[in-house]
Amino acid sequence: MKESPESLVVDPGLDETIKKLTPERIQQVVNHVFDKECSARLQVYVNTCVHCGLCADACHTYISRDRDPDFSPVGKVKRTIWELIKRKGKVDGQFIRMMSRIVFTECAVCRRCSMYCPFGIDIAYLLLVGRRICNLLGVVPQYLQDTTNSHAVTLNQMWVQQDEWIDTLQWQEEEAQAEIPSARIPLEKEGAEVMYSVIAPEPKILAQLLGNISQIMTVAGIDWTMPATDGWDNSNMAMYSGDFEVMGRVERLHWETAARLKVKKIVMGECGHAFRGAVYDGPRWLGWQYPPIPMVHAIQFYYDLLTSGRIKIREKYKEPITVQDPCNTVRGLGLGKKLRYIMNEMCEDFRDVTPRFEHNYCCMAGGGTINCGPPWKRSRMVSNRVKAEQLKATGASIICTPCHNCHSGIEDIVGFYKLGMHVKFISEILVEIMEIPEELKT
Amino acid sequence: MFDFSRGPLVWIAFAILFFGSIYRIISMFLLLKKDKAVLPYMNLKFGLRSLFHWIIPYGSTIMRIRPVFSLLSFVFHLCLLILPIFALGHVIMWKESFGISWWTLPEPLTIFMTFLVVITGFIFIFRRIADPTVRFVSSAKEYILLLLVIAPFITGLMAFYQLFDYKIVIIIHMWSGALWLAAIPFTWLSHMFYFPFTRAYMGCEFGFVRHSKDW
Ligand code: SF4
Ligand code: SF4
Repeated sequence: MKESPESLVVDPGLDETIKKLTPERIQQVVNHVFDKECSARLQVYVNTCVHCGLCADACHTYISRDRDPDFSPVGKVKRTIWELIKRKGKVDGQFIRMMSRIVFTECAVCRRCSMYCPFGIDIAYLLLVGRRICNLLGVVPQYLQDTTNSHAVTLNQMWVQQDEWIDTLQWQEEEAQAEIPSARIPLEKEGAEVMYSVIAPEPKILAQLLGNISQIMTVAGIDWTMPATDGWDNSNMAMYSGDFEVMGRVERLHWETAARLKVKKIVMGECGHAFRGAVYDGPRWLGWQYPPIPMVHAIQFYYDLLTSGRIKIREKYKEPITVQDPCNTVRGLGLGKKLRYIMNEMCEDFRDVTPRFEHNYCCMAGGGTINCGPPWKRSRMVSNRVKAEQLKATGASIICTPCHNCHSGIEDIVGFYKLGMHVKFISEILVEIMEIPEELKT
Repeated sequence: MFDFSRGPLVWIAFAILFFGSIYRIISMFLLLKKDKAVLPYMNLKFGLRSLFHWIIPYGSTIMRIRPVFSLLSFVFHLCLLILPIFALGHVIMWKESFGISWWTLPEPLTIFMTFLVVITGFIFIFRRIADPTVRFVSSAKEYILLLLVIAPFITGLMAFYQLFDYKIVIIIHMWSGALWLAAIPFTWLSHMFYFPFTRAYMGCEFGFVRHSKDW
């Protein structure tokens, strides 16, 4: 086997944990997952794949790495799942270490490849099966495991304590009031129209986004609230680390919090994986066909505010700007056209990307890859040269990223490939350019 | 040997194909009882919509990215499906074995299509070897299966042009054809009957559930 720079990365989450594995344990876990958890799709997908390699053209990691066969979607399945099936789970710790690296850091489960496989084989699903196995064996990149641990203990991703949470909201309410005196962040308002939920990095490192939303909600005149208790975090890294038990707990609490507050719907901030967890993966694991109340993604929400005239644009944004179609809300929710509407409504000089909509390239930060932390950053960057080229070709100076993972991932890419661009959320642009009615100014 | 190949062999091969496929499909549905996130999200309209885009030539993005491969693939599969059913010799066999008959392809067309299968088949084998990405995911099984699939067509041509001993060639023709049929349910040739299910499921995941498209 050839030695790749990735195989030399030191990560205690892999290096230390494999020391505790026994062949029996590995085999038991593999068989359990194959037979009990994912039998039908796994069987049919593995039997249907004709090993044609057409899915390769879809994958940004493969294209970015000069079409290295190891990185094609089917190549990754071959190195992991096929091998496990062939060897009936009789593999050693080193194999599990390699598999963990591949499934967590070399695939962002973006599902672009399913659109290129003639049979619609869900390769990302197969690699998620690999993640599940790694999770049950405890071999997960340490940083990612830490976010899952945080979810398990605090029900949010970043160890935010309740007092910290409430404190941050109050601080950001004051910040918003500096712009709009009547702005509020209403806590625990039962029967409100909307519960607004965010991901934990907002209170932890991007608190100004909470102030922004307070301004936007006030201008739009929305009857909204945020929970003061756990259940405010809609993110879910446990879904990506393969810890579905914790994933289920997090999602259940999120929905139960909305039910407790008797809101009509949840509006969520700009994040893709959070939508996926809350609306697709979470409910399915919990045995609900669909979520109990509607969940509106920020893109949809801003689209509604702009089309209904609840938010008016004072002056369009001037700088040349392009956009990132987040996998989980464009490929995963079909919001691409609405996103274009928002961009054109807000900005004077919008420059679209190619490929776009469903076919856009993933940011290579989602799917938990960015949460694998600094040890894997270089690998992630090398895996997404194609994104840098795509963004550069637009000639824009700003990139609008309506997703937290895209936001951080593309910021990394801009730095690594020295693109000299800046990354912004929709809400950041919106508060700059929206019209604040006179009566709200005093 | 010849008589056996003409008679029971055909029956056995078809029985394996038929019951094997049914077995695979039924076991898929049985396994689906454990995999609950599939059937509730199936929807006829979106399933068919996706299938439609993937069976018409150049209806999906990847077909446009790989125009030559797609063309070859369409030609290969079309001939592969049509020839065994409508070739003159086979129509006689259908009549003798099962007592059913229909129209036949004109002989020159049959020969032309058979050549197409063999040539595209060899191109596929060549592609597997020449393209590092495909070679990486190809083991001996992939090459053997491809060869097995085109073997009846090669021997069909040999029989037509009376190369080598006709009887031996025909026996190989029949045996390779029978093996081919019998292999369908138990190898990736099963994409023949899994295709509508996997494609429709993905079409529903993308279209019905996620309001986007998968082509
Ligand atoms: S990164 Fe995306 S395209 Fe590549 S294998 Fe994973 S899901 Fe497929
Ligand atoms: S495109 Fe589909 S069938 Fe072909 S190798 Fe990839 S997963 Fe397998």
